[in-house]
Amino acid sequence: MRIPVSWLVQQLELTEDHRGITATEIAEAFIRVGLEVEEVSPLGPVSGPVVVGRVAQIEELTGFKKPIRFCTVEIGESDNDSADAADSAAEGPETTQIVCGATNFVEGDLVVVALPGAVLPGDFTISERKTYGRVSRGMICSAAELGLGDDHAGILVLPVEDDIAPGDDAADLLGLTDTVIELSLTPDRGYCLSMRGLARELACALDVGFIDPAAIEVPAADAASVPVTLADPTACSRFAVRRVTGVDPTAPTPWHIRRTLMLAGIRSISLAVDITNFVMLELGQPMHAFDTARVRGGLTVRRARAGEKLTTLDDAERALDPDDVVITDDSGPISLAGVMGGASTEVRSDSTDILLEAAIWDPATIARAVRRHKLPSEAARRYERVVDPALPPVALERAARLLREYGEGSIQPGRTDVGTPTAPDPVVMAMDLPDRVAGARYARGVTAARLQQIGCRVEVGAAEDGTPVVTAYPPSWRGDLGQPADLVEEVLRLQGYETIPLELPTAPAGTGLTAAQRRRRRVSRTLAEHGYVEVLPFPFVSAGVWDAFGLSADDVRRRTLPVRNPLEAERDQLATTLLPGLLDILVRNGSRGARDLALFHIGQVVLPRADAPPVPDVPVTGRPDDEQLARLAAALPAQPVHVAVVLAGNRQRPGWWGAGEQAGWADAVQAARVVAEAAGVELTVSADALAPWHPGRCARLSVGGFPVGHAGELHPNVVEALGLPKRTCAMELDLDLLPLRELRPVPKVSPYPPVLLDVALVVPDEVPAAEVTDTLRDGGGELLEELSLFDVFTGAQVGEGKRSLAYSLRFRAPDRTLTVEEATAARDAAVSAAAEQHGAALRG
Amino acid sequence: MSGANESYDPKEVAALSPDVLQAAVQKAREEFDSAADLDALAAIKPAHLGDRSPLLQARREIGALPPQARSEAGKRVNEAQALVKAAFDERRSRLQVERDERVLREEGVDVTLPWDRAPRGARHPLTTLSERIADVFTGMGYEVAEGPELEAEWFNFDALNFKKDHPARTMQDTFYVGEPDSGLVLRTHTSPVQIRALLERDLPVYVVCPGRTFRTDELDATHTPVFHQVEGLAIDKGLTMAHLKGTLDAFAKAMFGDEARIRLRPSFFPFTEPSAEPDVWFAEKKGGPGWVEWGGCGMVNPNVLRACGIDPDVYSGFAFGMGLERTLQFRNGIPDMRDMVEGDVRFTLPFGTEA
Repeated sequence: MRIPVSWLVQQLELTEDHRGITATEIAEAFIRVGLEVEEVSPLGPVSGPVVVGRVAQIEELTGFKKPIRFCTVEIGESDNDSADAADSAAEGPETTQIVCGATNFVEGDLVVVALPGAVLPGDFTISERKTYGRVSRGMICSAAELGLGDDHAGILVLPVEDDIAPGDDAADLLGLTDTVIELSLTPDRGYCLSMRGLARELACALDVGFIDPAAIEVPAADAASVPVTLADPTACSRFAVRRVTGVDPTAPTPWHIRRTLMLAGIRSISLAVDITNFVMLELGQPMHAFDTARVRGGLTVRRARAGEKLTTLDDAERALDPDDVVITDDSGPISLAGVMGGASTEVRSDSTDILLEAAIWDPATIARAVRRHKLPSEAARRYERVVDPALPPVALERAARLLREYGEGSIQPGRTDVGTPTAPDPVVMAMDLPDRVAGARYARGVTAARLQQIGCRVEVGAAEDGTPVVTAYPPSWRGDLGQPADLVEEVLRLQGYETIPLELPTAPAGTGLTAAQRRRRRVSRTLAEHGYVEVLPFPFVSAGVWDAFGLSADDVRRRTLPVRNPLEAERDQLATTLLPGLLDILVRNGSRGARDLALFHIGQVVLPRADAPPVPDVPVTGRPDDEQLARLAAALPAQPVHVAVVLAGNRQRPGWWGAGEQAGWADAVQAARVVAEAAGVELTVSADALAPWHPGRCARLSVGGFPVGHAGELHPNVVEALGLPKRTCAMELDLDLLPLRELRPVPKVSPYPPVLLDVALVVPDEVPAAEVTDTLRDGGGELLEELSLFDVFTGAQVGEGKRSLAYSLRFRAPDRTLTVEEATAARDAAVSAAAEQHGAALRG
Repeated sequence: MSGANESYDPKEVAALSPDVLQAAVQKAREEFDSAADLDALAAIKPAHLGDRSPLLQARREIGALPPQARSEAGKRVNEAQALVKAAFDERRSRLQVERDERVLREEGVDVTLPWDRAPRGARHPLTTLSERIADVFTGMGYEVAEGPELEAEWFNFDALNFKKDHPARTMQDTFYVGEPDSGLVLRTHTSPVQIRALLERDLPVYVVCPGRTFRTDELDATHTPVFHQVEGLAIDKGLTMAHLKGTLDAFAKAMFGDEARIRLRPSFFPFTEPSAEPDVWFAEKKGGPGWVEWGGCGMVNPNVLRACGIDPDVYSGFAFGMGLERTLQFRNGIPDMRDMVEGDVRFTLPFGTEA
């Protein structure tokens, strides 16, 4: 909402203290009471000779790429002192010649002329200059050039009015010393979308009196105007019309109305339409003007019927929805109520008989219509919030009088006013509630005074227990005041939040982070310490990524939920795995020249259930029961926290020390081990073949016999399809599937010396090393403290289809120095177990 | 005594004479001192301290002396031998020091050579900032509450007093998910976690809820469709707006230093009444100290408490929420929010494991 300061202060009973209040002070006052100020824009500034001119003669210059006019402009009565009035006669009007590129004016029009020496906004100094073969002594100005708004379309043509004459100081006439304040209004303050509401807020903020522009005398409706049927009272609580006949269709809109509209960013259309918009800005009541001559019969307010169409004022034909509310005449819908009028009955250049309409529509209905038809309008913006239901007859009266004054119309007796607007219910509040909510002590009487200031009628009484209560009867425009908390906010904001003291509450002793939260931090830190960089990819993926991943048609990861209004049409699915996002970022880094990359991400994925029940409609009047909560929970997809890494390039860099080491499948598996270690769980690795991994280099990760994820090198086809670096590797596991380990087992530390023994076992190729390791560990018994695989060897010596696994084993007894014989016996037991279970042979 | 001297064998007396002994000592000293290294010293050691050295040979002659002369001769030989030994030890010590110094010198390296064989990792500054905030509040006794990113509209809007079809709901630029009227949205704020916390926990509730949130804003220097918020909620008996201000003030000081302070401007959020927008006085603000907009807050709307089955006449409380991207942006002076989103490792690496 853009509004000039001059218009606001004219409704304020400013005291001596506030004389000379600046626009900045006004903006600060607005901010103090909770209205957000977007911009404070002083008009102009202009200096030097800027005057009203009358275009006396237009000479069209030809031979140029665009139309150019050489204009003779009267700029006042001849002045004998004028030095350069060589070509002006001693008597009669003083003129000047100006070259102008605009064409939206005719001879006789009043325009604004900046004469040589004038300085326009942007430090634009006007001087006499030669252009298009003529000498131009000044400039005919557009509104934008004068700092009056953004309208660059043509020059500003002033209406012919009695008190506007050539030579008048234009800066004064245009009000260029004014300032426009732009406010961004929160949705609760519908009444502030008007000069009336804003001036009232300003009066409250400055603690000065307020002159209500809506306080005009409205004659009682002695008869009906056009007959109106209110067929759907749920859509419309009040509908009023008034007729003004004999309006001069050529009458111009007076300058002060045009200026107000221009500064608010509303285009001037015609006197009748301009007046409805002006009254909307002034009072907050959106209005519509019909051409009565084009309305067939009486009006009906009803919901649209399926299949009905309406061509709106913007010449778009719109298919109506049964939820839309329309105004109809005998021909069908003629207006999309509260949103936009229809073309068939619009006021045109020949309209003399005007039917003014002002109504109160159901906010939710209007909001839905705006969204449905993607048709935001000034009217709808107000109706979506709250419009003062007392306003329609006042606004009609105001608009009718303006039409009479400026259009020489004749206001017809009679006003149709149907519907039953409801007044806001009174709100009863403990007198000290504002103090208790604020944690402050306000002076006696403050609460009642502030509530009266915003327009409430206030009764002070006592509750049954004798404590003082205040009953506030909210004014008609404050339908948002529905509960004591709303009244509290009014008192607190007008008293000023800065008067509320600072106090620190004492929370009960907390228990710190949960085990899961601590684990998540630990995993994240551990991965960073192992050289992984955390990234935060978006969860939006394209369904095509699953094909690139090589997922089978029935792969559960394809079961995604779509975003209905994605920012990128292609990426409209919610990811079921973190890998697509991570790989995107890997590629982005690669395209920016990074080669050695190790990235990780910890985040939720969305795993829709196969037959998820719909989200139930649960009321908000009280705590939902357990069954409702269970249904809410069941309707939401599972969203476990996953951890994933991707790697490419070198894991160990080359350098003066020697060669680097390419990141490989083993690094990806190791990342899972590192995560498991940080989580304090034992990870089992086994071979698997799951897309998008390389079928021979894919590890299944399990904990407690339950699969939790996969790791390894990506399938070459996936690498190719996604444009990834060669041999890109990845790991992903479901962190939520890892059991939470609160207390880790404490080892018994033996002080006795160990016995170290090595064994090399020849096993068939297909036996996984992890299984041999597990068997040795079991077979070695309690004396086997640690074993590690230190060599894997294939070659002629061990035979075709076999490989040698070399282990070092460390034996130790908890209570004595172990003898070599005991250790050897334990090793032999381990080897026998491996021989028995895997056909392992001791390598000679 | 003088009589005994007369029976001395003149030859034997010569080998034990002080002059001869002194000459042997002198010669040993000179040769030791001229030994260039420990090996050379070891090579000449037998010549002066070995069985065949002049002093040991002289010692063997002592027996030939008359008894009364043996003591004096033995003393002389001992003294001479001690001098030779001392000379040897001294020289050896010096040579050992020289050798050690040389070895250390020869083992010297260029310590300025790089050794970054393993690339470094780092945590995202938004993660560490969110943890830092959680730590500030757990220090005050709060607990950390969480919730799903894909939410039921009931949690994201209805229970938070967003009326259906009210502009406040459309202001949130929501991502809608699933079939039309599915009732599922990507949460537009972390506030639904307030509802979950109030439904799941016993009163009083003091929680802080960091998390990822979503709005249909195109990515640019100051907006991102996927962003992070941290939400605070306190519901207890007798909580006031003064408590809200005090909490935000403590929070601001913990995040931005002792000079930071808070002011509130009235505003509107459906789930708080009264509502406010906090500004924080930030000393390191670009272009000089000043107020920076820092989220939203207010006293929890009684309608929200009712939807969670809490009697607003008994309990009250406050809530507040801030954008982490924005906080990081002004705190660390990051001009373009896209840097936080795109995942370029060059942005994240300098943060290490702490923002």
